[in-house]
Amino acid sequence: MEANTRGTGRLPAAFLTPGSSSFMDFLSDHQPELLPGKRTLPPVQGVIEAPHGTTIVAVTFPGGVVLAGDRRATMGNVIAQRDIEKVFPADEHSAVGIAGTAGLAVEMVKLFQLELEHFEKVEGAQLSLEGKANRLSTMIRSNLGMAMQGLAVVPLFAGYDLDRERGRIFSYDVTGGRSEEHNFAATGSGSVFARGAMKKLFRDDLTEEEATTLVVQALYDAADDDSATGGPDVARRIYPIITVITDDGFRRLTEQEASELSRAVLQRRLEEPDGPRAALL
Amino acid sequence: MSTPFYVSPQQAMADRAEYARKGIARGRSLAVMQYADGIVFVGENPSRALHKFSEIYDRIGFAAAGKYNEYENLRIGGVRYADLRGYTYDRDDVTARGLANVYAQTLGTIFSSAAEKPYEVELVVAEVGETPEGDQIYRLPHDGSIVDEHGSVAVGGNSEQISTFLDQRHRDGMSLAEALKLAVQALSRDTNGGEREIPAERLEVAVLDRTRPQKRKFKRIVGGQLSRLLAANGATTEAESADDPEE
Repeated sequence: MEANTRGTGRLPAAFLTPGSSSFMDFLSDHQPELLPGKRTLPPVQGVIEAPHGTTIVAVTFPGGVVLAGDRRATMGNVIAQRDIEKVFPADEHSAVGIAGTAGLAVEMVKLFQLELEHFEKVEGAQLSLEGKANRLSTMIRSNLGMAMQGLAVVPLFAGYDLDRERGRIFSYDVTGGRSEEHNFAATGSGSVFARGAMKKLFRDDLTEEEATTLVVQALYDAADDDSATGGPDVARRIYPIITVITDDGFRRLTEQEASELSRAVLQRRLEEPDGPRAALL
Repeated sequence: MSTPFYVSPQQAMADRAEYARKGIARGRSLAVMQYADGIVFVGENPSRALHKFSEIYDRIGFAAAGKYNEYENLRIGGVRYADLRGYTYDRDDVTARGLANVYAQTLGTIFSSAAEKPYEVELVVAEVGETPEGDQIYRLPHDGSIVDEHGSVAVGGNSEQISTFLDQRHRDGMSLAEALKLAVQALSRDTNGGEREIPAERLEVAVLDRTRPQKRKFKRIVGGQLSRLLAANGATTEAESADDPEE
């Protein structure tokens, strides 16, 4: 059996069994040891130290949704990585951003992308956005054992719903419970500050460009008050990852675009360190 | 239970081969050809839902003639094989050569096993390279052999005649419209040398286009884009770009 995916023997029966369009279902039948959820951790004392990703923010605007994340990963009080990527395309019309244990999260995203692509190839049609969001729930739930030992993964899922013709955001808890968020959402250790900023800045008539500026402002405020969230690093040219999803599909802003946005925000913060002022009433 | 009489292995194999060939000959033919920017799949298929062509992986496409449920099974097996391999190693480690090998082993085992009936299918596995020199096309007949093809290949009922027609006229570096028109011309020839018209809505067309910015190079060509390509008069026009936004 093993040799068949690595060697070039006959396809085993599992491959030719009609039925499921899910890659994860196929894996659990054929090679369950490859599924992340099937692992058990030996009992350990205390918390396992592994790099953690922090703040992800998302905001909707008429015609789409923006999903962005900072670039810092921390391990305790050490900055483990300055330029980690935490926002990924899930498929042509959705993206996922992850806070939590970086290594497990990246693996989860890889499997999630594959799950969506596999379904699309087998069925000849994309899953609905709700369907995609539910698959992600299942994957987080399978990581519950790890989460209980401090290795949680908490994603934010954003996509363009082709049926309803608007951008939508889903947030998750460690048990895989999902809830749809309206207007904006954030996850990770800096999310409280980011959410506060977005609450004051959000309007429902934002343009795409304004929405991307808004997420940079929110991430700046998160980095301002949360030591695990990294602000724009001008010296090293490390800027947040900003992605936009519209009916045209997924697009990640180029480094040039992200740099211009971040520098514009930074320039204003040199004059107004606390950012834009909202009206009192 | 009567006593089975003796059948020589040669005869048994010849019978099985004939059975498979007859089954494949009942299926409509299709053509797979190289053109300047990639590989194009063209076939007559009245159904909008049951495809003869499909994406297997980033640069790999699949085409099949013969019995639908059997090749659909092999197609899904191929998608599972490719996705599992890419997940285990890396996306770059999934190749048409590896997939063609697995298909050949599978078809060969089924063909020579007395317990199963031979599959009535003929497959084509194609991979688009960075340049035309890197393109690969493998034809997999029912018995588990592999034929490495170049330029153009046809499988299905009338395939020998169509292959000959294509071989005589196919050139390297054709535009998509030229290649498509040549394929349609080849497919619309009868066994007795006559011609019939295949309307655009009865054609299934897909490409592996190396110029696509996405990592997945497979794309179906449908609707307006297909009509424009069929109407193009061989000159390079706007409609030639396989990355037409119109779906």
